[in-house]
Amino acid sequence: MAARTKIEIRDLRLSYGPKQVLHGLSFDVQEHEILGVIGPAQSGKTSLLRCINRTIDFSPEARVQGRIAVDGQDVRRVKDVHGLRRKIGMVAPLPVGLPLSIYDNVAFAPRAAGVRDRHWLDAHVEQCLRQAALWDEVKDRLGSLGTRLSGGQQQRLTIARALSHQPEILCLDEFSIAIDPVTTMRIEDVLRELQHEMTIILVTNLVQQARRLAGRTLFLWRGEIVELDQTEVVFSERARDPRTIDYVNGIFG
Amino acid sequence: MFTETAATRRKRRSERAARLFFGLMAAAMVAPLLMIVALVLVKGAPAMDWEFLTQAPRRGGTEGGIWPALVGTLYLIVISLCVSAPIGVLAAVYLNEYARESWFTRLVNLAVVNLAGVPSVVHGLFGLGAFVYAMHFGKSVLAAALTLSIMTLPVIIASTKEALAAVPRSFREACWNVGASRWQTIWRIVLPNSISGILTGVILQVSRTAGETAPVMLTGVATFKAIEGGGLFLYHLNEQCMALSMHLFYIRTQASGAPEELSYAIASTLLGVVLLVNATAIGFRIYLRSRKKW
Repeated sequence: MAARTKIEIRDLRLSYGPKQVLHGLSFDVQEHEILGVIGPAQSGKTSLLRCINRTIDFSPEARVQGRIAVDGQDVRRVKDVHGLRRKIGMVAPLPVGLPLSIYDNVAFAPRAAGVRDRHWLDAHVEQCLRQAALWDEVKDRLGSLGTRLSGGQQQRLTIARALSHQPEILCLDEFSIAIDPVTTMRIEDVLRELQHEMTIILVTNLVQQARRLAGRTLFLWRGEIVELDQTEVVFSERARDPRTIDYVNGIFG
Repeated sequence: MFTETAATRRKRRSERAARLFFGLMAAAMVAPLLMIVALVLVKGAPAMDWEFLTQAPRRGGTEGGIWPALVGTLYLIVISLCVSAPIGVLAAVYLNEYARESWFTRLVNLAVVNLAGVPSVVHGLFGLGAFVYAMHFGKSVLAAALTLSIMTLPVIIASTKEALAAVPRSFREACWNVGASRWQTIWRIVLPNSISGILTGVILQVSRTAGETAPVMLTGVATFKAIEGGGLFLYHLNEQCMALSMHLFYIRTQASGAPEELSYAIASTLLGVVLLVNATAIGFRIYLRSRKKW
């Protein structure tokens, strides 16, 4: 493939105190791909994302070794960590509406980055909410509280906020566990659109979701990569590791 | 069809008994408060008038008013809170938002907990040694107010820390994820959502500051001290002042021939000052909460 490497991870090891969580991961994420990351709970999926945007720094007991490079730049040597985080949109499993108005939720990140231009913000907030398939439902009440929205709406608000700092990479961490299937489908459509603009890492414990969306799928199991291949290979009899076949067929996990 | 059995009837009765019992306990809480307020107000009412509030005491406190003591108490409250509230809140923000678990933070937390338990008279003695003598402030408004702020500081730190910890961590993580710095997160999200809890902690210290006698007696409050000069700064920071708590103690124990209603009127004023400050702060809190978003 001629695609450019967006994220390069080499021998990434992570431990919380004495407990090792990631045991030397090495893989690349290509630009404009959707990389599905599947695996049971406690396999290190969320920790992996937190290493990439360096929010792992907020866990004082965590120790990271190895190399993570975004656009060829080692994230652990980055001086402007806030700039790095703006480059990476992050959507958490449970929707987090900040206790601000819908408008302010989406304008929060640009404002934190120093944008004050009201006209630009207005247009930008609308664009992000449209991208997250939420605009039509909230356009008449942008001033009301983000936390009063329903769960599915709040999750789309969270996605709008993750898009608000114009990221080049979007990481979704089990975004659908708290929302209904219809909303999930709408967001999946959104992701297929966004793929043209950015690189997406989709962490999910719904293996079928990875199958629907991901170009390649990575199966993480107890902090090790069991399988990483084209999604149709991972979900077929051609998978290299028997555990992969068992997991995607729901035999364990 | 539902018919009531003996068992469900028993259950319903014990439910009602429990409800009554807990209700009585709650009422028992309120009764002493109402009795105190009623007693103090009724007994103090005959001595309460405009002159009582606005005139200086005469004839060893047995006649005249309490104006200097009222001013002194307000002074002590305002100055000590101006010192302890900002320092306390900033220290709590540091401990809760910035500091990592280390021997230093453990030491600070230990100090906070233990300082909160030190008797006020010991704080008074400390203030006497530190502010009055070592720092050469002399017995003064400043020394007394600083002593009170040392006394209230640990409690303000502890209550502020709790208010901050009540803000869900997911809010902070959401801010960090979009590239906000720690300070932006604190300023835009954490503080606006904990301000009413922080204020509650600070307000509670107002009544403590107003009521304490021992520490201010040792560090700057005199039995009689006329207000000289005038204008906004009625007492100078470096002179002694009067205070309601001390005045009450003096009238009741030292001044012979003071009518009983006088001491109750002083107590009413003290209650009034505390209630007034609390009411202002509560009003401010309601205002903040009406703009609060979660």
